[in-house]
Amino acid sequence: MTEQEIIDRINSSLAEEFELDPEAMRPEAGIYEELELDSLDMVDMVIVLENAFGFKIREEQAIREIRTLGDIHRFVIEKKAALATAS
Amino acid sequence: MQLRRVVITGMGAVSPFGRGTALLMSALEEGRSGVRHVSELEAMKGMRTQVAATVPELDSLPIPRKFRRSMSPMSIFATLACQDALRQAGLGADDCATGNLGVSIGSTVGSPNAFYAAMEDFFVDRSFERLKSTFFLQIMSHSCAANVAQTLGINGRILAPSAACATGSQAIGYGYETIAMGKQQQMLCGGADEFHPMTAAVFDIINAISTGYNDRPTETPRPFDRDRDGLVCGEGSGVLLLESLDSARRRGAAILGEVIGFATLADPTNIANPNTEAMEKCMRKAVEDAGLEPDRISYVNAHATATEQGDRAESHAIHRLFGSEIPVSSLKGHLGHTMAASGALELVATVEMLARKRLIPTLNLKNVDPRCAPLNYVTSVRNACIDTVIKNNFALGGVNSSIVVRRYQDD
Repeated sequence: MTEQEIIDRINSSLAEEFELDPEAMRPEAGIYEELELDSLDMVDMVIVLENAFGFKIREEQAIREIRTLGDIHRFVIEKKAALATAS
Repeated sequence: MQLRRVVITGMGAVSPFGRGTALLMSALEEGRSGVRHVSELEAMKGMRTQVAATVPELDSLPIPRKFRRSMSPMSIFATLACQDALRQAGLGADDCATGNLGVSIGSTVGSPNAFYAAMEDFFVDRSFERLKSTFFLQIMSHSCAANVAQTLGINGRILAPSAACATGSQAIGYGYETIAMGKQQQMLCGGADEFHPMTAAVFDIINAISTGYNDRPTETPRPFDRDRDGLVCGEGSGVLLLESLDSARRRGAAILGEVIGFATLADPTNIANPNTEAMEKCMRKAVEDAGLEPDRISYVNAHATATEQGDRAESHAIHRLFGSEIPVSSLKGHLGHTMAASGALELVATVEMLARKRLIPTLNLKNVDPRCAPLNYVTSVRNACIDTVIKNNFALGGVNSSIVVRRYQDD
């Protein structure tokens, strides 16, 4: 899976779950301010990403540091790379 | 304490006929049935009924996702009904945020659909890892009331009575008392429920559901009829905007009717079986609460779900209190039993009957069960000079509830 494919899957999964406008899904978009998600949505975002990529991330500290859509992209790309290295 | 008079200034209905009071009333007056065959039920073991009065698909997308995410169908029904009631009453977003408006809306249980889906997913691998954050917000007992308040920006009182089939009636009664005591100026009151096969199964196992009309669903249920074979589960929401008369007058609001009496009581004789004495007592107390004698009541909108025990007990209770001349009908022949919504949805239609001076008959009542009391059963649409009416609801759990409403008189 290329990085672009990962980004596309993240964006489509989040757009479907949270009914986001694809136009608004820029990497610099703030999760809370621009995409208007809240703490409940962040709980569900973890489930959506776990389901989309088949990994477990609920306990990861880095999840709590996410502020922009780009942060999510980087987090998932790094997580997948780490898992690939580990295996 | 000087009690305030309480009037109705708005109504909303989501019924098996769709969204809106107009749709509901045209279907009732035309004698149409909201009952349909539900093929999903065919393959379920132990499920003998295959009919239900379900709500046709509604457009819920105008409700923003931020609010819709915590809603199951019953909260969507309730929210749409509340929006329509507020619109009719001429109340906008600013009026919701004054603190003068409260909510009294209940359901039988929290969302059975959400609960079943979550459990189905859990039992795949006994994992809660996929449980969404909004699950609890859909299954909590006050889900409808809370979602309505959140969506409409209401910051007054929240009540969420839960008494199965008497829920909507109690919610209106408690809202009426809240306004009468001066605690709120306006209350959105009613009930909501969503269909789930589990609900049908509950009534199927206690032999209270219709099983013999699966091939001709519009001929059941048949309240008071000799050939009835039980109730039909329905869904929807009814909401009435109750308001103090002072507030309604101040705003120049159109007044649709006045709530003048309410009674609710426990019937401890049996948790499931209806009891004529307790039903009569409940109606008598509601009439007394209205400060009237029984002969002032000109129509009874019965609970009558089309079970043998329920219809017979209620008919004899009505006969004891009001005699044999009083017009009586049940709307469950058209609507099925919309459970927690039934008290409110049927009261919406009853208030419309008051305004139109026309009685809606009991659909499918062809031959009165000889073991029902002799009453003036309404079997066709009939013009009538009704001005004070009583609406009954009786619930599993031994909960009775009756409301008295009259045409508003400026006196």
